[in-house]
Amino acid sequence: MNHAKIEKNVGLLGVLTAIVISIGGLVEIVPLYFTGQVGQASPGVKPYTALQLEGRDIYLREGCYNCHSQMIRSLRAETERYGHASMAGESVYDHPFQFGSKRTGPDLARVGGRYSDEWHRAHLNNPRDVVPESNMPGYPWLATTSVDADHTAAKMKALRIVGVPYTNAEITGARDTVTGHTEQEALIDYLQSLGLASKTWVK
Amino acid sequence: MSTFWNLWIVGFVTANIIFIAWLLYATSSGKKSDQPAGPETTGHIWDGDLQEYNNPLPRWWLAVFYASIVFAILYLALYPGFGNFKGLLGWSATNELQGQEAEARLTTARVLAKFDGKSIAELAADPEALGVAENLFAANCTACHGADAHGNKGFPNLARPDLSWGRSEAAILATITAGRQGVMPAWKDILGTESVTRVANYVYSLSGRPAPDIKAAAAGAQTFATTCAMCHGATGQGNPIMGAPNLTSGYWIYGGSLATIEESIGNGRRNQMPAWGELLGEQKVRLLAAYVYSLSPPAVTH
Repeated sequence: MNHAKIEKNVGLLGVLTAIVISIGGLVEIVPLYFTGQVGQASPGVKPYTALQLEGRDIYLREGCYNCHSQMIRSLRAETERYGHASMAGESVYDHPFQFGSKRTGPDLARVGGRYSDEWHRAHLNNPRDVVPESNMPGYPWLATTSVDADHTAAKMKALRIVGVPYTNAEITGARDTVTGHTEQEALIDYLQSLGLASKTWVK
Repeated sequence: MSTFWNLWIVGFVTANIIFIAWLLYATSSGKKSDQPAGPETTGHIWDGDLQEYNNPLPRWWLAVFYASIVFAILYLALYPGFGNFKGLLGWSATNELQGQEAEARLTTARVLAKFDGKSIAELAADPEALGVAENLFAANCTACHGADAHGNKGFPNLARPDLSWGRSEAAILATITAGRQGVMPAWKDILGTESVTRVANYVYSLSGRPAPDIKAAAAGAQTFATTCAMCHGATGQGNPIMGAPNLTSGYWIYGGSLATIEESIGNGRRNQMPAWGELLGEQKVRLLAAYVYSLSPPAVTH
């Protein structure tokens, strides 16, 4: 086999390399876009409300995903602790998704409704107040900072372009919905919404 | 998966395996060297005398590569992965999980069955039951009540003889099973801020501490008798039927400073103990009740 031709021709080498490394993606990723399994919302999964959306952006801003995953794997140890394994259809309105890859803290995919709002307030201000052995940092400034309402509508419009079904009314009302709320309220509203849909289809 | 995407995957995977096998065979067999003696070189010469050997691929390396191709074919035959083909073993992650969960349910049921038919007090005296209960507590209750059950601000200490909703076997069981809604009304608008401060001074003094403002406390006692005693009792000893906390014990759910007491009276408090009956089932709830019962030693009757 004469591979000298390939080795001496950088353009050809590049093209052939691209073909070789794209095979895996063509087989494993491309079909998913067209089979509907990952693009359809699971029953009960709704787009985030304006306030939840702002809460989600605070979740991203503060880097919560660095220590918290939102992906329950189909292993008994996980389903026993966190609930039903995460389904693809639960993340369809997440751009980007928050699967995460590291769990210094617990998984949050189904944390909605697990604790009271009051618990979250105490916990976000100073986690040690409710969980003495916690090593999570406190986020007390969230309680005193107001949500920035200027960009909420624009964010919702952008999300609509990538397929989140926001109505015109929701977008125009976004500013009024989030104005006057603290960042802590937005974040708690977001956290309390996580995984709620599964409660309708998991007994 | 539609036929098209099934064929797409099957086609790519098959072509890929065949191509790799051919590539491996073609590069390893190679053409025989024309050079009569010495190792074959690639023919390049750099800097006058530098040459590159063109040795055949090592045998062991080739063998491992061929073995990995065989492994891939066997894997695709046994496990799901080849388009819509489910694999000869019929294995799936979902089935495996369900099997493990069913097995765990059986083990759990066997462990829990040992404690059936025992009263809460009997369970609280059974070290094995308490061992299981401690794990249940750690998994479900510690986020609010703390690993040592000593509570946190707004989340009551359970290792006390006077729980707000009562510490009898039945009361603890009812609290865990159905949850509780604690409501302390806000009195600021009804009594006025000054009156709230006076009552707070009186409440402050109920646990045997001198009131910060003795005159205010004396005036507050009047208001307490007409307004607060209905739930908290004439002497502030509390009422488990309403979930009204004992104000004389020196233990405060939200804190016992004058400012915190004023806040509790003025703005009221709303608190919620979630219902665990449906989520955990009766057997586990009874064990948890026994655990809490074992934490709060019976009070001496007054």
